[in-house]
Amino acid sequence: MVERAHNTPGPSRELLSDADIGRVVDRIAHQILEKTRGARDVTLLGIPTRGVPLAVRLAERIRSFEGVEVPHGALDVTLYRDDLRLRGARPLGPTSVPAGGIDGRRVILVDDVLYSGRTVRAALNALYDIGRPLQVQLAVLVDRGHRELPIRADYVGKNIPTAHSEKVSVLLRETDERDAVVLHGGDL
Amino acid sequence: MIRHLLSAADLDRDTATLLLDTARQLGQALTGREVKKLPTLRGRTVVNLFYEDSTRTRVSFETAAKRLSADVVNFSAKGSSVSKGESLKDTAWTLQAMGADAVVIRHPASGASHRLAGWVDGSVLNAGDGTHEHPTQALLDAYTMRERMGRLDGLRVTIVGDVLHSRVARSNVLLLRTLGADVTLVAPPTLLPVGVETWPARISYDFDAILPKTDVVMMLRVQRERMTDSFFPSVREYSRRYGLDLRRAALLPDDALVMHPGPMVRGMEIAPEVADSARSAIVEQVANGVLVRMAALYLLLSGEKGAE
Amino acid sequence: MNSWLIQNASIVGRETADIAIENGVVTEVGTGLTAPEGARVLDATGLIALPGLVDLHTHLREPGREDAETVESGSRAAALGGYTAVCAMANTSPVADTAGVVEQVWRLGRDAGLVDVQPIGAVTVGLKGEHMAELGAMADSAANVRIFSDDGFCVADPKMMRRALEYVKAFDGVIAQHAEEPALTAGAQMHEGEFSSQLGLAGWPAVAEEAIIARDCLLTGHVGSRLHVCHVSTAGSVEILRWAKSKGWRVTAEVCPHHLLLTDERATTYDPVNKVNPPLRTDTDIEALRAGLAEGVIDVVATDHAPHSSEDKDCEWAAARPGMLGLQTALSIVVKTMVEPGLLDWDGVAERMSRRPARIAGLDGHGLDPAPGVPANLTLIDPAASWTVVPNELASLSRNTPYAQMTFPATVRATFLRGEATVLEGKAQK
Ligand SMILES: [Zn+2]
Repeated sequence: MVERAHNTPGPSRELLSDADIGRVVDRIAHQILEKTRGARDVTLLGIPTRGVPLAVRLAERIRSFEGVEVPHGALDVTLYRDDLRLRGARPLGPTSVPAGGIDGRRVILVDDVLYSGRTVRAALNALYDIGRPLQVQLAVLVDRGHRELPIRADYVGKNIPTAHSEKVSVLLRETDERDAVVLHGGDL
Repeated sequence: MIRHLLSAADLDRDTATLLLDTARQLGQALTGREVKKLPTLRGRTVVNLFYEDSTRTRVSFETAAKRLSADVVNFSAKGSSVSKGESLKDTAWTLQAMGADAVVIRHPASGASHRLAGWVDGSVLNAGDGTHEHPTQALLDAYTMRERMGRLDGLRVTIVGDVLHSRVARSNVLLLRTLGADVTLVAPPTLLPVGVETWPARISYDFDAILPKTDVVMMLRVQRERMTDSFFPSVREYSRRYGLDLRRAALLPDDALVMHPGPMVRGMEIAPEVADSARSAIVEQVANGVLVRMAALYLLLSGEKGAE
Repeated sequence: MNSWLIQNASIVGRETADIAIENGVVTEVGTGLTAPEGARVLDATGLIALPGLVDLHTHLREPGREDAETVESGSRAAALGGYTAVCAMANTSPVADTAGVVEQVWRLGRDAGLVDVQPIGAVTVGLKGEHMAELGAMADSAANVRIFSDDGFCVADPKMMRRALEYVKAFDGVIAQHAEEPALTAGAQMHEGEFSSQLGLAGWPAVAEEAIIARDCLLTGHVGSRLHVCHVSTAGSVEILRWAKSKGWRVTAEVCPHHLLLTDERATTYDPVNKVNPPLRTDTDIEALRAGLAEGVIDVVATDHAPHSSEDKDCEWAAARPGMLGLQTALSIVVKTMVEPGLLDWDGVAERMSRRPARIAGLDGHGLDPAPGVPANLTLIDPAASWTVVPNELASLSRNTPYAQMTFPATVRATFLRGEATVLEGKAQK
């Protein structure tokens, strides 16, 4: 769930700063190492657009903390979405599965915002067409609530209670000018 | 997104680029997978309506639709009411009643897909209409060129042969121009249509002079029947003046690409040795054909309810 | 009811006068006339009285394709278009190549009683171009045929054309040629040019018409006969005709309304309602045709009214039959393309749509301005009105008009055939 900050009218409030995001990513990387006992069988797959650079950052942190090379790639889920007929055709994001595939791997899906859960549902379907992972986990930078499916994240950078009318924008240097998480609209 | 794909002229630069990019990403998404199938068009019906035999094109569209999980109905001119003289309009109404979300039509009459688009609610994809156009062939050619040469902008493409009767040439000229390539047509003057001077392409009768300045040469099929209708005197004279033999192939820059939309007439428009050296491109064109047709179906069909 | 007093009509666009009609004949034209005994009075203030229009080129489809048009339905369309006489082309089924068929068509026209239907006889048996039809028998028949044409096909063989031109001299006949060199138009679908090259439709080159016109003008000059050129469609043809006329040869020519208005760009929709033979051409041709018609190089406007059933038009372009409806739209298109730009005045319209065609066809009672003693074949036009073409509202049994939803100037308010109102207040009277 990605929304562009500069397209969104109304008041906005920065929830996470550049430095906050750095700390949050560090923490998730530590949690992954801890929970997967060294991340030796982990493959990180980012969901485009902003899940992809987040997966890269996590892999970098894990390498710098423990010297472990975690395979990482991208998994586009557009073709698995259930709302294509409602929302119209959209450009596809990249898909790149690391060499060696995902069979028997502990796959961690990485996304920026967890909201209805439909994107993750699509990602799970996409994943099982690619191979047969040992386990699938989910890491998100922000969990804003309002789930429509029985899905929860294993690693959450920050829980942000929101109203439906609000929008959460994640900005990353790789795709935007800076790192930030911004809340728009609603009654601030 | 556009509703139908009837002509390469329906695609502006952004849409054409989106289509080629989508094809590429579909290729990535399917690479090395166990399940060569995506759920995207589940529950949608794609009808292949073929009034001409073209197993290659039909199978390519069928594969594309099935990889996107669409239900595929093949309506061929043989063994159906089509061959009993049912009009295209009556057939259109049948397809409408079936609830076809997309109709892929191959027809010997120029403009048949335009007519069909006026009679059905679903998207119409032109898979070749008479001597008019074959836009998905042009898309796959452009895709192959872009993959091989790394760009289309400024690419010098020479199309050689029976331009007059070629739907592939018409679609390629339009699409390549849209995507920024420079197109030169080489043919005997009898096989260029009157009015070709209004096309966005250069015309030349001197194949040898053009070859050193060519990045991609596309050899069109020339049917022997054209000889009996006095378009040229003999096969021998045609291949001497307009055939791609080894001597001519040597005039091409080293990294130039040789393409042929097939089926080839070896020894007439292309020497067997040249055809075989170009073969790798011709084989990858088959795989690319499925990808661009998947992209076209995806973009035309998933946009239906949401976009205008 | 063949007696009328038409009040305050502008006579052929000139002075305003009343027209008194008794028993189908004009008895007086002047101001402040009193109604003849038992006459109905029609107020024609603001209307223009023209001699009833005469069409040299109408396809009525009967016998053979009564689903597309009948003599009666076509006659009704003609009357609504302001016509009092139409020349029915010979390409029916069976072909009008015998005295029997032309008399049948002539009688059907007389029975319908809406316009005079003057049959055209075929030049060759079955329009096949091989054997000359019995032209003399058709001339001597009750139908009194004077125009002969294989229209739909060209009399392509130069020897056959020469013989036909010579043969009809015996009864002051005229050969109306559909000028199309068949070897240059095999499979042709539309004008050969920019759009045919884009659309992948086989081209119908201008030269295929011009070559035949040039040849036939030379043959006509050589044998001293009469040639009428059907549906001239190219700028080159106008030049050739100008040259032939400068030689003093007896050559006349017609242009169709659609060739004065529509171009080959219409084909880009692939809707065969725009398919016609000869095909729609270019802006340059339109300009030359309008100028040629204004100048008199082209003598007349003829409709080439060609009704086709929906199955012959609701199909692929190449499968469709060529032709368009024309009778009810012809006058309005001439007003739009010739009168409004100042190329013709109303006298010029009368000359090209009534007087000249009547003389070419040898129709003695037609093409005459209202004057005492003249048969009351008239039409009343409202030049200030405009109308929008709605295909379902046309009188033809077919719907193949390229003008659907287009708005045109001038409406036909009334038409009189020998004093009998075939159209009143824009409505057919039978
Ligand atoms: Zn004709």
